[in-house]
Amino acid sequence: MQHFHFLFFGFLFLLSSCAPAQPVTLTIMTHDSFSISEEVVASFEEANRVKVVFLPSGDAGSMLNKAILTKDAPLADVIFGVDNTFLSRALDEDIFEPYVSPELQNIPDEFKLDPSNRATPVDYGDVCINYDKAYFAGNNPPVPRSLEELTKPEYKNLLVVENPATSSTGLAFLLATVVHFGDDFDDYWRALKENEVVVVDGWETAYYTNFSGSSGRGPQPLVVSYRASPVAEVIFADPPIDDAPTASIDSPGSCFRQVEFAGILRGAPNRALAEKFIDFMLGKQFQEDVPLQMFVYPVNPDAVLPDVFVKYAQAPTQPARLSPAEIAAHRDEWIQIWTDVVLK
Amino acid sequence: MQTGRQVNTEPNRRVNRLPGSKILPASRIALWLLPLGFLAIAFFFPLSRILTLTFSSDVLAPDVLRAVQEPLLFTFYQALLSTLLTLLLGIPSAFLFARFDFRGKTLLRALTAVPFMLPTVVVASSFNSIFGARGLVSFLFPLTSIQLSPLILILFAHIFYNTTIVIRIVGASLANLDPKLEQTARSLGADPLRAWWNVTFPLLRPSILAASLLVFLFDFTSFGVILLLGGSQYSTLETEIYFQVVRQFNLPLAALLAVIQLFCTLLFSIVYSRYASRLTQSAPRSASSSKPKTFKQKFFVASLCFMLSGFFILPLSSLPLRSFFRIEADRGQRSEVQYGFTTDYYEELFVNRRNSVFYVPPFQAIFNSLAIASSTVVLSLIFGFPAAFALAHPSRLDKLLDPLIMLPLGSSAVMLGLGFIITYGKWLASPLMVPFAHTLVALPFVIRALQPAIASIPQRLRQAASSLGASPVEVWKNIDLPILRRAALAAATFAFTISLGEFGATLLISRPEYPTIPVAIERFLSQPGGLNYGQAMAMATILMALTTISVLLIEKFRLPNSRGF
Amino acid sequence: MLEIRHVSKAYEGKPLLSGISFVVAEGETICLLGASGSGKSTLLRIIAGLEAPDAGLVAFNGLDLASTPPHLRDFGLVFQDYALFPHLNVKENVGFGLKMRRVGETEISDRVASTLELVNLKGFENRDVNDLSGGEQQRVALARALAIRPRLLMFDEPLGALDRTLREDLLNELRAILHRTGIPAVYVTHDQEEAFAIADRILILREGSIVRDGSPAEVSADPRSAFVAEFLGLGNVIEAKSVGKNKFRSRNGDFTVNCGHKHSKGETVHLLARPHEAKKESNTISGIVSDVIFQQEIYKVTLDNGMYVYLHNAPAPGKKVSVRVKVECLE
Repeated sequence: MQHFHFLFFGFLFLLSSCAPAQPVTLTIMTHDSFSISEEVVASFEEANRVKVVFLPSGDAGSMLNKAILTKDAPLADVIFGVDNTFLSRALDEDIFEPYVSPELQNIPDEFKLDPSNRATPVDYGDVCINYDKAYFAGNNPPVPRSLEELTKPEYKNLLVVENPATSSTGLAFLLATVVHFGDDFDDYWRALKENEVVVVDGWETAYYTNFSGSSGRGPQPLVVSYRASPVAEVIFADPPIDDAPTASIDSPGSCFRQVEFAGILRGAPNRALAEKFIDFMLGKQFQEDVPLQMFVYPVNPDAVLPDVFVKYAQAPTQPARLSPAEIAAHRDEWIQIWTDVVLK
Repeated sequence: MQTGRQVNTEPNRRVNRLPGSKILPASRIALWLLPLGFLAIAFFFPLSRILTLTFSSDVLAPDVLRAVQEPLLFTFYQALLSTLLTLLLGIPSAFLFARFDFRGKTLLRALTAVPFMLPTVVVASSFNSIFGARGLVSFLFPLTSIQLSPLILILFAHIFYNTTIVIRIVGASLANLDPKLEQTARSLGADPLRAWWNVTFPLLRPSILAASLLVFLFDFTSFGVILLLGGSQYSTLETEIYFQVVRQFNLPLAALLAVIQLFCTLLFSIVYSRYASRLTQSAPRSASSSKPKTFKQKFFVASLCFMLSGFFILPLSSLPLRSFFRIEADRGQRSEVQYGFTTDYYEELFVNRRNSVFYVPPFQAIFNSLAIASSTVVLSLIFGFPAAFALAHPSRLDKLLDPLIMLPLGSSAVMLGLGFIITYGKWLASPLMVPFAHTLVALPFVIRALQPAIASIPQRLRQAASSLGASPVEVWKNIDLPILRRAALAAATFAFTISLGEFGATLLISRPEYPTIPVAIERFLSQPGGLNYGQAMAMATILMALTTISVLLIEKFRLPNSRGF
Repeated sequence: MLEIRHVSKAYEGKPLLSGISFVVAEGETICLLGASGSGKSTLLRIIAGLEAPDAGLVAFNGLDLASTPPHLRDFGLVFQDYALFPHLNVKENVGFGLKMRRVGETEISDRVASTLELVNLKGFENRDVNDLSGGEQQRVALARALAIRPRLLMFDEPLGALDRTLREDLLNELRAILHRTGIPAVYVTHDQEEAFAIADRILILREGSIVRDGSPAEVSADPRSAFVAEFLGLGNVIEAKSVGKNKFRSRNGDFTVNCGHKHSKGETVHLLARPHEAKKESNTISGIVSDVIFQQEIYKVTLDNGMYVYLHNAPAPGKKVSVRVKVECLE
């Protein structure tokens, strides 16, 4: 009798795998931090008579690796969230189909890091150190004005960073130090370690558990976060406040520029719709939605930034940059050095 | 009914052979065709691809060796530590159950056995729900911030899992121990301690060693527990393989680690089977247990019972508890948090919001898991029965093939998944991938469950049936099949439970359209916010319930005289 | 009628059965008597068709059974360990053979009922076989073999697992049933008392060959070999040398025996000294009493030279006795 039931279930299962009869679905593979307004998605769905499904797949690195592992049987049509630190890997593994969107003409060249046009830039952000204004307002030491100052004893145990092996935010900061200090970046980190820098796995933990300036009211007033994080604090403050409780340290090379890309996966089942979606992502509506959803900046210069952004998150003077190729060549090595210095 | 020809003086005719006396070589080959074919496709061919991957890059580079050395050392370290601690709890417990009667004995013993069949995800979640950063302890004692090192959590979870092995193996040995031996020693002048040390303990040594080896093997290959409780600092070979694949995308290194893992577990398995087969299986003696009499005995029984119940009940109950209580805010929730009893987490499983981490409503994962488990049962029975038949009355060739069947057992589940990915990339979208992987994992257990039952059918029964007029097919239908029904049901439930809880391979190869419950739990746990965590707890509770039901069914259908677990 | 002709079988190179030949007539019960390992069970399996002989013929009513598989031979088998089907009750066990022959349900019920009555298990149809006593189980096994009305019944040490009194009772019942049904039977055992109780003819097996074939009375009276005499426990076997016409000398004394055929002087001959006291005889057994055992109305007196006699009065150990007994030639 039990055998019958098992066979029955097995049969049902196989049957369910064959049966579509749903509307056309466009699948977008994203990282876990992806966010988009319901209206924006709905407008695309209506215009193209399609259902859009988002597939959060871990952090940026895991997402990309998953896409690479399944490139012979892609999980989605479009992938969004490959950033410049991983771009080389994505291109080398050849997971994209090239597509030149007509909207690309508007986009400034500084973002077009892929000449083969397989990856299309969508947004950018800067990883900067945020500080808690309230903490530094009193008798406490002044706000550090450069990366070097963070090694000073008055800032002992006040900085929380993310592990670059597990967090792309942490990786961005590590890259900033590499750009700034060159080959001596390990000395810098040695000094930071002596200054009791706190290391956690991910940005969420660092910001919401360790940082004193967020709702978590943690112990550290300095955190590696994003240029737009102070804006988020203002927007979500309840009751409303009129000044950002936090801000970013802005000195040359202390922030690292991250650019996020999207691309059509090779073998995508819905190529035409995928192209339309890429165009849509570069269009004004999506680009203007991006800041308040993901707290990043639009690549499209025609997109109007919300006021809060303009007020509380100015562009950094000189963000640090590294070419994707260089990042790809040395990333593992740099992370290993960092791990040896900081974690051992 | 009478056939044949006239008597002639030329003798020397041969009679048709029938199954049970000797199986023809041709039919033996037919028996092995299915299971070996499956193993070749699902295991050996991917293994060969993994081996080529291993040797494709510079294996002996110093940083590679270093990348291998750390997880290898830690794996040994935590396995050793876990085993020792498990023995520390297990041996006294074995003693407790073998020598003493007390109220609630059967219940307590069953309680210690429950964790073993639970999926690793459930166990890890249980400990997480107590000691994790968002667990009950940090909620009840927020100021003390009892941050238990992940290593301690791992050890706890391992002890939780494996104490029952020690209790069963050492307990069986204790029960078979003739109490007259100890009594004779006492009458010859030894005090209780010396009697124990000089007589009881040496006789227990083989079973303690056997139990230790088995526990060590399980701890060595532990994946779910390490992944979910270990954080990023603690990495064993298994989790390192996973990290290298999913995070670092260093496939050659992952493959190398997998091969090392396979080699180690193979070594241990050989040692274990060599050793455990020497454990004599004498007839179980009648119970030599009695109520505790002296104060010392009563104290021993009472305190150990208390410890055991606490240690086992706490994690198991905190899981459902945590799934029904809200103690923290949802992700991004800035409004007032409604603390207390809630069914929200369960209700949320039915909903598929746009910003959910799932392609399908999480509840779908339950159906998927059940359907996949059903397919696994069918497949593993189809492949397992012929192999079990051949191994039940083995010829010399069969004895050689036996260890081959057991190889997937010692392999890392993650490695199996990796093998699938690099070998069958194009077919990854097929819904049959996951059932195949699960069948691979379940097959050794199914064969081991069926084999003794088949072997236990005496040839005489088949001969009697034959002499009464049953043709070979009728013998199989009327004798073998009905007697094996029970064993087949037990094997089926084994496969079902294993499939429900399979984590390592499924994590790598499952498609977003068909998540399974363990995969869903892992996704939920890796997301911030109380809603996600609560859903993880809810799913884990459901999985715990499903597994417990299956385990109860196994116990019901098991043959009364079967050994092992 | 079953005919076995020149059946031989080797096992792992060593010969197990050599040139076995015998016949079982309608209504006859023959017994294969031999020590453990003498190949009796193998022979039974060969007759049943479960094994093939290396050489020789198995025929029934003139037809060679070589190409007939076991399930078509219509022979009933009763094993020592009964081999009852554990998952079937008594009725299903007994009716199994009938079910295989596609006999109708009602007829099966009738036949099962009558067979059970035959073996004194009336009303046992719905009992669980695993709950029955040893004797009951053996009777179910017998009923199962009888129900199909076989052409031949084979018994492989069927009473070996039972205790003494039960064995005797069952033996009597078995004999009665065999006589009543008239089915020819081959009964295998190592127990000489069983053989004598049940068989019309006894075939004594020694190392794969039949060394004596005859009725119990014939075999007892005329063993014809030292082996048979010792195997059957007929008396004291004495190794002696011929020292003259009908005169023999042995370690245990001189004997005068009228042998059937001549023996040359100095030839070694085996004699059988029956243990019962025979006052009219001239031959004597003498020795010092070493052990006396009481055996149901008579004493078995063992002497220091290893020989024994049955006496009505027990002499004291250490006493010298001399008993007149009957001595025969064995060869």
